[in-house]
Amino acid sequence: MSTLSAPEFQGCGSGGVEEPEAPLRFLPVYLLLGAAFGFVLSRSQVLSWFRIQEMFRFQSFRMYGIIGSAVVTAALSLALIKALKLKSIQGVSISVPPKVLGSGIQYAVGGTIFGIGWALTGACPGPLFALIGNGVTVMLAAVISALVGTWVYGAIRPKLPH
Amino acid sequence: MTPWKSGEWPWYVAGPLIGLFVPALLIVGNRVFGISASLSHLCAAVAPGKVEYFRYDWRRVGLWNLVFLSGVLLGGLLASQGGPHAIHISDATHASLARLGIHDFSGLAPREVFTWHALLTVRGFVSVIVGGFLVGFGTTYAAGCTSGHAISGLANFQLPSLVAVIGFFAGGLAATYFILPFVIGGV
Repeated sequence: MSTLSAPEFQGCGSGGVEEPEAPLRFLPVYLLLGAAFGFVLSRSQVLSWFRIQEMFRFQSFRMYGIIGSAVVTAALSLALIKALKLKSIQGVSISVPPKVLGSGIQYAVGGTIFGIGWALTGACPGPLFALIGNGVTVMLAAVISALVGTWVYGAIRPKLPH
Repeated sequence: MTPWKSGEWPWYVAGPLIGLFVPALLIVGNRVFGISASLSHLCAAVAPGKVEYFRYDWRRVGLWNLVFLSGVLLGGLLASQGGPHAIHISDATHASLARLGIHDFSGLAPREVFTWHALLTVRGFVSVIVGGFLVGFGTTYAAGCTSGHAISGLANFQLPSLVAVIGFFAGGLAATYFILPFVIGGV
């Protein structure tokens, strides 16, 4: 990433290149999909600190099977969407904006920092919220701390290598 | 055994289901599946301050993502109905964690570490507060987390995502083997 002007969300939840005028009537659909995702995170147990430890200790195939088959499913779906040139039900042509590698520092360093946090909390951002729903309410403190971390990044971003 | 209602789903059910959120969000509104951008949207919504990075129209860019995230919390609440579901980890992990000093294996996360009360201990504070900070800082720096990079990004064959995912594991392994023994075990 070379430009520092406007916030550029390239990926994790950034939406398309051409921002559709998000119609409010679709918000319930996102709520429903989110609930389904939270349910799947729970039943698949990927939100569990124990499962994350099992993964980082290479003591079970489970997490690798889950992530691997998720990637394969998503890749096949993406290929199909591209091949059929599908449009979204809101009429926008579907495109996934490519990420620019640049020096790669932000991905390598940012990724490693997140990895440490992932092992410490035993959860990535989605599971943090699903855990609160599951009654592990102390994760609310983790979320607030994550927001502080995000804010600090935003504040010192111009000084960081990307 | 009723794996659909309770307990754990096998990996070959859970994985593909998770993967399907990528096409689902694209088809609904050309949205790229990813969670961590919501953290920026929340900052932009609540306390942008004078930080240039957070001064954008978060409603237009990220309202859908915040609504999705609220759903995730709700889905967790739904899943928790019908009683606690024990995590049956491998014997090897059980043994490793017992050596580390974990004795309560009954919850989704060890109760010795992940309770409000434990926040006042070193292991609780580092795991929740320091860990949470690193999750927020790291995912925003890397412009993505497990969902955006490991799933959406790898599925789209993006090199930056591969670099990020290698980072995720480098950091996770380092923390597991070099930090956790001190944090949890109090070595």
